[in-house]
Parts: sequence; C-alpha cells; structure tokens
Amino acid sequence: MFRFLLTRVSLIIPTFIGVTLLTFALIRLVPGDPIELLVGERGIDPERHAMLRAELGLDKPLLEQYGIYISNVLKGDLGNSIVTKEPVLKEFFTLFPATIEISVCAILFALLIGIPVGILAAVKRGSVFDYASMGVSLTGYSMPIFWWALLLILLFSVNLGWTPVSGRISVFYFIEPVTGFMLIDSLLLNEKGAFLSAVKHLVLPSLALGTIPLAVIARMTRSSMLEVLSEDYIRTARAKGLSPLRVVSVHALRNALIPVITVIGLAVGVLFAGAILTETIFAWPGVGKWLVESVRRRDYPVLQGGVLLVATTVMIVNLIVDVLYGLINPRIRHKRA
Amino acid sequence: MKQRSLLMPALVLGGLVVSSSAFAAKTLVYCSEGSPEGFTPSLYTAGTTFDASSRAMFDRLVHFKRGTTEIEPGLAESWEVSGDGLEYTFKLRGGVKFHTTKTFTPSREFNADDVLYTINRQLREDHPDHKLSGGTYEYFNGMDMPNLIKDVQKVDDLTVKFVLNAPEAPFIANMAMDFASILSAEYADQMREAGTPDKTDLEPVGTGPFQLAGYQKDAVIRYQAHPGYWAGKAAIDNLVFSITPDAAVRYAKLQAGECHVMPYPNPADIEAMKADPDINLMEQEGLNVGYLAFNTEKEPFTDKRVRQALNMAINKAAIIDAIYLGAGVQAKNPIPPTIWSYNDAVQDYPYDPEKAKAMLAEAGYPDGFETDIWAMPVQRPYNPNARRMAEIIQADFAKVGVKAEIVTFEWGEYLKRSKAGEHQTVLLGWTGDNGDPDNFLHVLLGCAAADGANRARWCHKPFDDLLMQAKRTTDVAERTRLYEEAQVVFKEEAPWFTIAHSVVFKPIRNEVKEFRIDPFGGHVFYGVDLEQ
Repeated sequence: MFRFLLTRVSLIIPTFIGVTLLTFALIRLVPGDPIELLVGERGIDPERHAMLRAELGLDKPLLEQYGIYISNVLKGDLGNSIVTKEPVLKEFFTLFPATIEISVCAILFALLIGIPVGILAAVKRGSVFDYASMGVSLTGYSMPIFWWALLLILLFSVNLGWTPVSGRISVFYFIEPVTGFMLIDSLLLNEKGAFLSAVKHLVLPSLALGTIPLAVIARMTRSSMLEVLSEDYIRTARAKGLSPLRVVSVHALRNALIPVITVIGLAVGVLFAGAILTETIFAWPGVGKWLVESVRRRDYPVLQGGVLLVATTVMIVNLIVDVLYGLINPRIRHKRA
Repeated sequence: MKQRSLLMPALVLGGLVVSSSAFAAKTLVYCSEGSPEGFTPSLYTAGTTFDASSRAMFDRLVHFKRGTTEIEPGLAESWEVSGDGLEYTFKLRGGVKFHTTKTFTPSREFNADDVLYTINRQLREDHPDHKLSGGTYEYFNGMDMPNLIKDVQKVDDLTVKFVLNAPEAPFIANMAMDFASILSAEYADQMREAGTPDKTDLEPVGTGPFQLAGYQKDAVIRYQAHPGYWAGKAAIDNLVFSITPDAAVRYAKLQAGECHVMPYPNPADIEAMKADPDINLMEQEGLNVGYLAFNTEKEPFTDKRVRQALNMAINKAAIIDAIYLGAGVQAKNPIPPTIWSYNDAVQDYPYDPEKAKAMLAEAGYPDGFETDIWAMPVQRPYNPNARRMAEIIQADFAKVGVKAEIVTFEWGEYLKRSKAGEHQTVLLGWTGDNGDPDNFLHVLLGCAAADGANRARWCHKPFDDLLMQAKRTTDVAERTRLYEEAQVVFKEEAPWFTIAHSVVFKPIRNEVKEFRIDPFGGHVFYGVDLEQ
C-alpha cells in the first residue's frame, strides 16, 4: 500500500510542472496585453506602458519570468492580481468554499439519484423504466448547461416562484463569512430563515451542475451492475436461496461500484469545468467565474495561480479516489504492491 | 407572469420574514453586472468599480448634476479662475462629515488637507501612499493631470488653490471625475501610523451618501445611508448591489422582484420589457459616438475627396436599423447631441453612391482601390456588433468599386495595433468622461493624440488651433463658438465616417422613483426613492 501511494504521489510532480508550464505558456501565447485591456480606448503612452510592464515583470525574457514564477510558487507566493491588486491566494480562498459547496451538493444530488436509478434500470433490464431512465439520462448528458440552467430559472424562479433566481442567500440576510460555506455560516447566524434561504438558493445550481454527472453515474452504474449480475458468484448467491434484495445490495453492489468511484473522481474535473458556466449564470461567487474573468482580462497571476490550485485539488481528489479504489478492490493494491 | 414586491423574497424565497429591524427599512437592490476592482476610485478605471465606489461612497469638489453633464458644487461651494486661466481657487464646504466605520472615527470634518492628500497621492511619486495598493492611477494619468497640475496648495482650512502649467478650461469638469473622489487624510495617516496602510483602500472611508456595510467578493455589496450626509440623508436606508453577470439572469431577477434596477439588458429582451406592466423601461441617448476612422497618413486617405466620397458611399440609415436595432441615432458630429456646443447646423453627407463614385474618379480612383476595414472583436456601448457593421460597410464600399478586406484582432491587440496606425480604416468609438466637448474633440482628433487615441492620425492645424483656443478660455459662450466652428471643419475634412450615438436602456421596477439615467453610463442611487 505504501509503495502504491508513493507511486501515485510521485506522479503529482510532473503533473504540477506540466500545469504550471502549460498555463504560463498558453496565456502568453494568446494575443492581448493586460495593460492595454485595462486602459481600453483611452490608450496609454508608450513610456508609461513600458514602465507598467516593467513593474509587472513582463519585460523580462519568458524563461526568466517562468523561473521567478516557479520560485515564488515554491515559497507559497502566487503573486497579486493585476486587476484588483489583491494576493491571488487570498482571492482563491475567499471564493473556493462557494465552489466546493456547489460541487459537493451537485455530486450528492447526482449520487443519490444516479446510483439507485442505475441499479433499478439494471435489475429491471429491458423494462419501460430502464429505457425511460437511460433515455432521460442521455438527454441530460447532452444538455448545454447554460441553456438548461436558464430553463430551470425561467420555470422554477420566474414562473412558479419556488426558488430564488440566483445568489447564495437572500440579500436580506447579512452573513459574515466564517467558514465560507453558506450552509454552515447561515446556521451559525442562528436564524432559521437564513439556513432555509441558503438551501433554496442551492437547489437550482446543484441541479444544473449535477445533471451531467448524474447521467454519467446512472449509466455507469447500470452497465457495471449488469456485468456483475451475470457473474458466476451472483448465480451461486441466488442458488443459495438469498433474497434478490440481498444479492443486489450486498453481493453485487460493492463490486459494481468500483468503476462508479472512478467516474466520481473524473467527475470532479468535469464539475470544475461545469462550475464556470453554472457560477456565471447563478451569480455564484466561486473560482470558476473568477478564472474566466482572469482570461478575459489577461490577469496572468490569477490565471496561473488559480489553475494551479484547481489542478492541485483535482489531483488530490483523484489520489483519494485511487486509494479508495485500492481499499475496495484488493486486486489493484496487490497487483501494484 | 407572477410578480411580487421586493420585500416578498424574504417571505417567499427566504421562507420567513427577516426579523432584523434594519431590513424593515427601505432597501434598494441593484443587480450590478460585475464586481468592483476595489473601492478607492483613483486606483481603477472601470465604470463597474465607480458605481460601487465613487458614485455611492465618495464626493468630489464638484459634481455632475444628476442625470446631466452639467457641473454643480460638491465639496467645493464655489470656485474662481484667475485671469490667465492658470489658478483655480476652490472655497470648500464646511460641516462635511466623513463616514464612521469599525476602524475609523473621524475627529474632524472635511478640510483642505483631504483635497491635498487625494491629489498629491496621485501626483507626487514621493508621497508616502503613492505606491499603496500598487497604485498607478491610470485615469489621472490618462487625463494628463501630472503634466497639467503644477501644484496644489492649502490657502486655509477651507480654501484650496490649484496651479496649472497651462490654461485648461475642462479642468473643472475633470475635478468632477471619479479619480478626483476625496479621501480622508486623517484616516490614511492613522492607518499608516498603525502599520496597516492597506486598510485605507480595503475599508474605504468617504463623505458620500452611502457607507460600506459589507462586501462579499463576486456576490454582494451592502451600503447603509450615511446619516450625516451634508446634502441630507438618502431617501433609501440600505443599498445592495447583487452581483449578477448574466444579462438574462438579471432580467429574471428583475421580473421575480429580486432586484429593482438592472443595467445592460440584452437587446433581445427590450420588447418584452416594454410590454411588462411591472417594469419601467427608461431610455436615453448615451454620451458616446461610434465611428469609422480613415488613416489619413496612408494613401488614398490622405486625399480628403476620397474620405468625403466614402462618407457618401455608406448607407448610415441601414446600419442604424440592422446593427443598433433602432436603439441608436445617426451621428453627424463627433460629439453627441447631449453635449453643449453640439452644432446642429452641420449637414451630414447624403447617402449617394453615384456621386461617391464620381468623386473617387475625380480623385484619381475611377476603378476604386483596395483597402481594409478593422472590426472590433467585442461589443461596446457605442457599437453592438462591429463585425456585422463591417460587412455592411464592405458591401457599400464594393458598390463604388472599393474592395475592402475585414480585419480583426483580440481586443487588447486591436487597440494596440490601431493605435500604432497599422490599419487603413478602423471601427471604434468613445464614451465621454466629463461631458466637456474637449474630451471628445481634443482626445480623439487633436494633433497631440495623432499617434494615440486619434485613430485617423489626423492633424489639421486650423482644427487644432480652434481646440487650443477653446482650452485657453473659460468663457463658455466663446468656447461654444469655437467648438461649433471646429465641427464644421471636421465635417468638411471628413477624417471619420461618423456612425451613431447609441441609446441606453435602463429597466427599473415601477416602485423605484426618481431614478435618472446617468449620461456617463454610471448608476447613481442618491436621490432615488422606493414606493412601498
């Protein structure tokens, strides 16, 4: 197990170098100058332009800029935003809890519905439920998030008035961030309405963001379940006279879940990508929206630092998934060890 | 469609009526389009930032009268200009209180030291706070203030004198701009002495009608009315900016009663907004101009007959219909009609392809020529769709034998390259900063800007002389005459094809009273009331 972990952790180093190099190079390959974008139509005289570039360190050779960037990163300094002039780390940690909150709710929503639907569809293979649920999940998978999110808003918020349109909590509650997680902070406020408001604000964004993972998980659970159900040991279990419920929930499910866990790990990356759109539409103050804005404004430090932090998170989650995978499936651990 | 009053979300959406007494008061919610870059106005250049900072929390020596470009007294009660136009003496208002915040309780009222701090922080590189928050003061520099202001002196506690290097009539209007928002010198000194100078910018203190009560990045900004505001406490008690970047979502929030005022509606939603009985769709001509500039340093645009001919070759009315969808008026002058000295007597070139062809032949181009049209990659207030506009112009040019290729770049690159004069013709535009004609004519067409913001790279001495004369006098009647004449010269010389002044739409809910559209594109909530 130790060696297995060691191999996985050592893989993080080249990935880390790859991510820093790629973001550093890509944002500079794209034409556009942060200073020109800041001043717009007004323009700036060449001398001042050169001075500002020098202040931002953009006048140095690229290799040197990269070297400075990496040595700062190793010291834990991701630099300051060109636009807001605030430290990148501070901005990231202000916004990240919102992204985690929405992602966790989305994945919970996907799991709570996706796994039971997948199991049922597998058990009742060929039934109307099977075809209908798989049809719906395929539709969900193919749905553009921004369009789906707007439809949800129009139906549930504007027409039915059941949920708020956007934001994390009603503007009538003044919540000082303690943990940054609105569900927890609203509970700490000790006003019942605040928590309920935070929950209601989470419904549509989680639904919109969770739709694609839900579809993937449901389909994955179904196919993996079907495979397991045709195994010899399941037949043996049935022959032993175990109840169908016990066969499915105890004997089949554990093995069927192995590929599903992989999918969940991969879904974290998908969630971050989806969060960019979901956060913009639902005015959700997370890192997705922040990163998109940094590309538009060529805010190099924010983009480099933000992508690095998000990539690190994805790597850590996948590492945890790999470990879980090993725990659930001894064959993997033993093979590597 | 179901509609509710704004206090309802607490009931319907929050689940319960909020018990906090603060919110039983009048709270106006504005669905802003983005986050402010920060709260000290002089550090930034974006309108979104100014809405959240200077326009809510700060005052300037002089103000723009709400909804107009006229100047009125602000923190200065009156001012005098010396005969040579080099000295501006401001008599400051007494009894003006700064905000009291968690970190700061003012021990004195506003005085000359605050004006000196505000200006010197931007002007003097040796000022202790010059580099604070990475300050580069782009707007102050962009308006050429460092070259203009020689000195700023405290005459007494309530008198300040600005000494200029050259006469500059628009100077008063400049002092009404966001970068000139007055900061508290006492607060800055205290924070510096306490070893936390950053707080000066992070937890701002102003004299304005609202004071900051809380900001959650990318989510919400809260303000409370400043109880001791010198012009009287605001009619609303609380002001909330609910940051909502997507225009369709802002509209949904307005419909659902989650906000009262929204900026920048989608053009496609305008018709539905007009039909909605709960929404009052306000509209006003913007303080802007969209244009196609001919690079007068390059053949064949060095010849004014060619420029005039192309002015006649383009069907302006068709552009207004197709691109602005009616939300624009044809421009014939480089300044919008809302600015004083607008010369309505100027005749625009008629759309006349036949005559255009004849003039091109006369100029030595009977078979036309080849050129380019640069189209901006972004939507701007003065041009909703430059790419499509370029296509229309391209087709019109083809009719008179001019073959044009459409060119575009990423926005920053576009600005840089067009400033360097790489184009032959370029689509661009401008939104005014201070309502002074000089801010259009000199900035965009003056000789001093011929390798900068003057995309036509047009330096015409008779025109430039008129502008320089107008800078030197503070007599508005005389300046008006000079600018009117300059507009006649401009039309005759035709360095641009003037396209349109766009119309600004502002949807607000019916319960909002006394809202005025700001000609500068800002959002001002002092003076606005809510009917409950």
